[in-house]
Amino acid sequence: MSNVGLRLAELVAEMRALGARPGTGELVRAESALASIEPSRRDQARLALRTTLCSSRADLEAFDHAFARWALVGADSPSPPELDPIMTAVLPRVAIPAGERPAAPLELDADVRPAPWADTEMLRHKDFAEYSSQERKLAQLLLERIARRGPRRMSRRTTSTQRRSHRLDSRGTLRASLRHAGEPMERRWRQRTEGQRPLVLVLDISGSMEPYSRMLLQYAQACVAARRRCEAFAFGTRLTRITTELAGRDPDRALERASTAVADWSAGTRIGAALSELNREHGRRIGRGAVVCVLSDGWDRGDPEDLAREVARLGRCARHLVWLNPLKATPGFEPLTRGMVAALPHVDTFMAGNSIASLEELANLMEAGTTTPKARRR
Amino acid sequence: MSETEFSDPAAVQKALANARYLADEPLSVAVFLALDLETPLLLEGEPGVGKTETAKALAEITGARLIRLQCHEGIDAHSALYDWDYPKQLLAVRASESSQPSPDLFSREYLLRRPLLEALEHDGPVVLLIDEIDRADDEFEAFLLELLSDFQVTIPELGTIEASRRPIVVLTSNRTRELHDALKRRCLYQWIDYPSATREAEIVRARLPGVAEEIAQRVCTAVARLRASELYKAPGVGESIAWAQALGALGDGNLDRALGAALKVREDIDRVRETGVLEGV
Repeated sequence: MSNVGLRLAELVAEMRALGARPGTGELVRAESALASIEPSRRDQARLALRTTLCSSRADLEAFDHAFARWALVGADSPSPPELDPIMTAVLPRVAIPAGERPAAPLELDADVRPAPWADTEMLRHKDFAEYSSQERKLAQLLLERIARRGPRRMSRRTTSTQRRSHRLDSRGTLRASLRHAGEPMERRWRQRTEGQRPLVLVLDISGSMEPYSRMLLQYAQACVAARRRCEAFAFGTRLTRITTELAGRDPDRALERASTAVADWSAGTRIGAALSELNREHGRRIGRGAVVCVLSDGWDRGDPEDLAREVARLGRCARHLVWLNPLKATPGFEPLTRGMVAALPHVDTFMAGNSIASLEELANLMEAGTTTPKARRR
Repeated sequence: MSETEFSDPAAVQKALANARYLADEPLSVAVFLALDLETPLLLEGEPGVGKTETAKALAEITGARLIRLQCHEGIDAHSALYDWDYPKQLLAVRASESSQPSPDLFSREYLLRRPLLEALEHDGPVVLLIDEIDRADDEFEAFLLELLSDFQVTIPELGTIEASRRPIVVLTSNRTRELHDALKRRCLYQWIDYPSATREAEIVRARLPGVAEEIAQRVCTAVARLRASELYKAPGVGESIAWAQALGALGDGNLDRALGAALKVREDIDRVRETGVLEGV
């Protein structure tokens, strides 16, 4: 790597500082890309760097900012220390942030020890609103277990099976026939496998949901971590996609990232507008037979007509639309809020979602998967 | 590499334009680099912005054969790469009596080539289009890694097959899900946006030489308005072309009568008619 390489490493470092993640491979490729561009064409050089260093739409913005700053600094910066150039390129990635981890883990270890059965049982039926922070940590294990259970669907992949089915396994039959001098005496069969059905969680984090939103977000985090095709959104007055923030192995950090990403914690609610954005901006992410769960109490400050229209649309796109309202568990609850009244006719299943037990019920429903949706609405 | 070498992005842009594909500068730079560095090109964008068309035009300007692999849920090696011709194998086993040496059942004679293998083994230049990769599952993405980085594939019974000449690979994604980093790292990335109204009118005229300039202009102004209003499904460039074509066929220039060519969701059509988005176009 030459001077150009070192300069590019600076650009890459700028991009990483802004959250993009170009690797050494991209760096090397960017250098060869520059070599094949006419040196006088600055604009083309920029585009060449952009296409080699970015790997998603989100990276583009990081690149534009990083490039602007990087181009300003120019080549007159002090000469870098005598390090192996490759090392220089790699170093920012392996650097360990200092003093990031709080002193919490010690205490956490003591908390997350499996609880006695009675404790767990009590926790299962306790309303989320009455949880202490210690109980929230205990519940994490239960949530993770529930999150692994979710909707399934038949995949187009097949696997060999002992039982007779309607799909002949030609490969297996041929191999078996070789044992009988090419006489296909035993037939082998294949059957379709089951895969995960996509799951979409839409969380209401407005003021009225505050007692529940923390635990429901924890549930969403567990789902995103445990499942392959799971999308999570949060809304108050506007919709935020939080799937990327929630992904990752460390739940505490994931929740922290998600909370930062959401701008309107505990503000008002415009469910109709939020669902409208979900339908329009993310329509294709929720299509293809997903189970969609809206977790909200239905307190809405928007126009109920808008809400009804958007819920109807969501219900038509989804395989199954579930609405979880924590208030439903209250004795004598009637769905009387304007939002709830507008939404209910278009919802396939209406459930509580105020405790571990109710989330288990949700998991049961999704796993059973035998419900024939839409019949009621037609 | 293909026989046609391009000296710079402008040359690529010009050649694409001759193939009636109007690429903007970022895209022509990306295409130029994909050709020059022999790196796969990953195109993302809303449906109908011309991702698949890019690959077709690319095949045209390089004189390459276009081999297309349409991805779907559950696509696997046997539908993408190779399969064995089992009936033929069975017959071969039966035909050779036990006294004779048994035929080698897993040789090329019994191999069925699917698009990927076809692309690797084809003699001439090839553009391999892996369309809508986001529809396939993660397992298939992982399976593609060997192909995209080394242009080779491994068939257990035969060994590793290397490309005789590197195909130009174009992947497209509609972003229904985020692709794996490992896959993206092997590709150049290009996001294709909707074109501006004037540019789109040029595209419509390039695609439909018979259409009046006035119609192309009006359709593209209307489409720009539709994209700016709140719709479930905004029309793509493909829809603009279809709309202009429909207007040409109707002959009366009534945008509303052929609205079905641009909008495919009933609520969207109702909304557009109610709010009068298209008035005065």
